[in-house]
Amino acid sequence: MALEIQIEKKLPEFTLDVSFTAGDAPLSILGPSGAGKTMLLRCIAGLEGARRGRIALDGRVLLDTQKRIQVPARDRRVGMLFQNYALFPHRTVGENIGFGLRHLAHEEKMRRVNALLERVHIGGLEQRYPRQLSGGEQQRAALARALAVEPEALLLDEPLSALDTHLRGQMEAQLQETFATYHRPALLVTHNIEEAYRLAEQILVLSRGKVVAFGSKEEIFHHPPSLEVAQLTGCKNFSRARAISEGMVEAMDWGCRLRVTHMAAGPVAHVGIRAHHIDFEEANSANAAQENVFPCWLVRASETPFRITLYLRLHRPPGESGGNPQIDLQAEVFKEKWQLFRERPFPWHLQLSPESLFVMPG
Amino acid sequence: MAPITLAAQISASTPTDWSPLRISIETSVTATLVTLVAGLTMAAWRQRRTGPAMAVVDGICLLPLVLPPTVVGFFLLLMFGRNGPLGKLLLRLGATVVFSWPATVIAASVVAFPLMYLTARAALEQVDARFLEAARTLGASEWRVFRAVALPLAWPGVLAGTILSFARALGEFGATLMLAGNIPGKTETIPIAIYFAVEADDVQRAVAWCLADVAISLALLGGLYYWTHAQGRARWVRR
Repeated sequence: MALEIQIEKKLPEFTLDVSFTAGDAPLSILGPSGAGKTMLLRCIAGLEGARRGRIALDGRVLLDTQKRIQVPARDRRVGMLFQNYALFPHRTVGENIGFGLRHLAHEEKMRRVNALLERVHIGGLEQRYPRQLSGGEQQRAALARALAVEPEALLLDEPLSALDTHLRGQMEAQLQETFATYHRPALLVTHNIEEAYRLAEQILVLSRGKVVAFGSKEEIFHHPPSLEVAQLTGCKNFSRARAISEGMVEAMDWGCRLRVTHMAAGPVAHVGIRAHHIDFEEANSANAAQENVFPCWLVRASETPFRITLYLRLHRPPGESGGNPQIDLQAEVFKEKWQLFRERPFPWHLQLSPESLFVMPG
Repeated sequence: MAPITLAAQISASTPTDWSPLRISIETSVTATLVTLVAGLTMAAWRQRRTGPAMAVVDGICLLPLVLPPTVVGFFLLLMFGRNGPLGKLLLRLGATVVFSWPATVIAASVVAFPLMYLTARAALEQVDARFLEAARTLGASEWRVFRAVALPLAWPGVLAGTILSFARALGEFGATLMLAGNIPGKTETIPIAIYFAVEADDVQRAVAWCLADVAISLALLGGLYYWTHAQGRARWVRR
């Protein structure tokens, strides 16, 4: 039971060329704006054609350009949730949700509509018009409308991006709840890394129309297959690198040698570490027994409510080279932890633990 | 008081000949219905189609708006005349159109059509495509997408087009005279009655029908304007 996708479509900037199979579990599609994420969903929904390709849902062919099969959107049984909800403004919430249930008798339809309203926690709002609802309620209504026709796959196009932070959290919980009972392929387009991670087990990274990574979220976040994927999944620290021996690389930009636990499949080109994986050591404990420990100086810091981002210079004080101080690494730590070492004299000692470092081929 | 005076004046000149009023209303209403259906169909078909062929289609659709009505009428006469392609076809079915009441409807419809087509197209194009797409993913046929989503959302604009078409049909003179002539009680509409009254020096009759025309136009346009306004402020638009 799966959604098989293989499409090639020419877009103004690049060619969308993807091929993957989504199983009966939510899949997050991550990528920068304009990577072709929305276009991919539109092709699957049947709102756009493709030059070449084949799409099949549980073996049921939705598109096959070779056999000249192109099932219209209305017959695909693929539900779509639009970024701006697209609720019909001239119909009440109840009528919106019941739109796809025209074949049912009135009593049965009302029963189903009310059950769906309860399911998305907006019971009692069926007489309202979309304009009378909040953004969160509108997106819930749109979700109920898409679920009403019992789609065999669900496509969600940035369903949370139009909501403010508070509603976003609530709607995310709603989606989690929905996915828990919806054992069908569900594709969620987003450019929010954390959302992508929380809502799905599998992640597909799209860049300029190409799949640059596809796999379990742990795999992609802990061992990104390329520099691009590391960057797209929010990694901030990179250095050009080359292998010295098995388990040992030289990081040219950071001017140091590093022990790593995983080597790349191909020739080593880059090494990286996530900002929150950088550890700070006790004073003067920087001895030979500790691996990958280096002296560092603080260039500047930037605060968020609970965390602090530290911009660091490795090996020598920032002032020495003159001009704009170079920043080698950025580390992210909780403020409580920062309080413990902020008053210490420089240099501080940081550790790039071998387990957290990832090595990427060129 | 005005209607009584009008009635008195009209009956004074030609004893209770109300036929131009009846013919004008019947013609305009029928022509408006014809243009509403034809204009909407054409606009819906034309929607989201592009290419040089569409420029030709647009040109043909808008021609009656640009050409003098007499030219439109003359073309129609050529088409529906004894030797015209449509005229021959109708003759085989045992019908002649020229100088009959249907000719007034044809002339008025053709002249009013571009207004309906233009406004309907603009109104349909303003409907956000996402609503139509959402309807499709919910299993709606193209006909249902049009009837249940596109048309209701475009309705204020379509209604405006209908008013314009009705006004244009009511005022139609040139093409009607060419195709339908002036047969009292059959094809004599108010504008034609006025023209021939003036020609026959029956100023009183001309003035009476002019005033009648003004009254009808104002009443209908006012009524329809009020109605569109009510439609424009429909419940779902308000918060």
